[in-house]
Amino acid sequence: MTIPNIVGAGLIVIGAGLGIGKIGGSAMDAIARQPEATSKIQTAMIIAAALIEGIGFAALFAA
Amino acid sequence: MRRKVSLLALLFTLLIGSVASAHDDHSHAGEHNEAHTQKDTPEKVKGFIKHHLKDAHYFELFHGAKMPLPIIVWDEGIKVFSSGDFKKVEVKEVRGADSTITFEKLGATDTVAKDAKDYLYESVNANYSIFHGKILDAKHADLQLKLNKEGKKKLISHSALIDFSVTKTVLMTFIICVLLFLAFRGLSTSYRKGPIPSGFGRLLEPLVLFIRDDIAIPNIGEKHYKKYMSYLLTVFFFIWFVNLAGMTPLGINITGNIAITLSLALITYLITQFTANKNYWGHIFWMPGVPVPMKFVLMPIELLGTIIKPFSLMIRLYANITAGHVVLMSLIGLVFFATNLFSFGAFFGLTLFLGVIELLVAFLQAYIFTMLTALYFGAAVEDHHDEH
Repeated sequence: MTIPNIVGAGLIVIGAGLGIGKIGGSAMDAIARQPEATSKIQTAMIIAAALIEGIGFAALFAA
Repeated sequence: MRRKVSLLALLFTLLIGSVASAHDDHSHAGEHNEAHTQKDTPEKVKGFIKHHLKDAHYFELFHGAKMPLPIIVWDEGIKVFSSGDFKKVEVKEVRGADSTITFEKLGATDTVAKDAKDYLYESVNANYSIFHGKILDAKHADLQLKLNKEGKKKLISHSALIDFSVTKTVLMTFIICVLLFLAFRGLSTSYRKGPIPSGFGRLLEPLVLFIRDDIAIPNIGEKHYKKYMSYLLTVFFFIWFVNLAGMTPLGINITGNIAITLSLALITYLITQFTANKNYWGHIFWMPGVPVPMKFVLMPIELLGTIIKPFSLMIRLYANITAGHVVLMSLIGLVFFATNLFSFGAFFGLTLFLGVIELLVAFLQAYIFTMLTALYFGAAVEDHHDEH
């Protein structure tokens, strides 16, 4: 648990948080525009979030 | 009436909690070895976490009821023995010349420094021992370690035997597979009587239809989805039930074992490679619709992509489940550090919250794995559409 490891972990969390936050934001916008497409948008959002989190975890294990 | 009862129950719990912590503070003030207990409790928590995450050759139902599991090794022929045969032996290191280390049994009156002490499990009847998780065909007197340049100890005299034993993970995988088989067998036989299932199958039917209608058909297409349905169903329900089993306090950690997720991802990879049609290989080696120099640039990237996609499946499932377990168990350990009611309530609430999130993650990871698998299958059997 050295300092570069912790700094790296923090950067990874920032990256993953920004990415998933952006997806969540645009998903909210899309749902607001067209509430009847909610389930499709939700599905796509979950998939994109899981992919980003996958990279995040893989990098976290390397750090 | 019901609301009053629940409010009373909440107040009662909080009252008991506050009384309990007040009593604890009083006893702490009495003893003066607080520093001693604070120092080794983090290590105890780490040991507790490791014990829950790692595989073991015995199955511990609760503290004190250990069920030894069979150990099957390949030592010029298959040797089977029970892990209850192995007893713990504490040894002390004897540094020899040339930075080699041999072991000597720790006598009853020997007091050795902590980093010169070690232990291994030795078989009483046969000539085997387990040292740091490796099964070796020697006892402690014959083992030799060497201190290499980074200061790490490496075993040089013997190498680990190939271990096929039925460990805790293997046993629980078998049990869950049997449960899955029985549950779905019930569903399929109940279809003989009529189109509406009866019994436990009634719970499973909407889930099967969910996978068919929302995962298989949109991704693979109407023409080819039936070939892949059995694998998709297996993967989904296996990962989901195994993740749920990991939430129990029995210390079962199946998908948190990278070998299990590796085999699932490997099967996905093999299925995509062996059932892919010409369009798939065409897209990898000779991508249509791009200029010729780009095709050569894209080819190695696409080839790597075929390996990286299942690899990311493996890492995603493994990391999500392991991270969830570690966080949850660290928080449970942290609850024991709490000294006043507020922090106890906060940690307890956080643990509960995270536990519920973990249940969601169990389902979500199964869904994501299945969906991405269906996506890769769909890419493998795509029909040719004219490029613009």
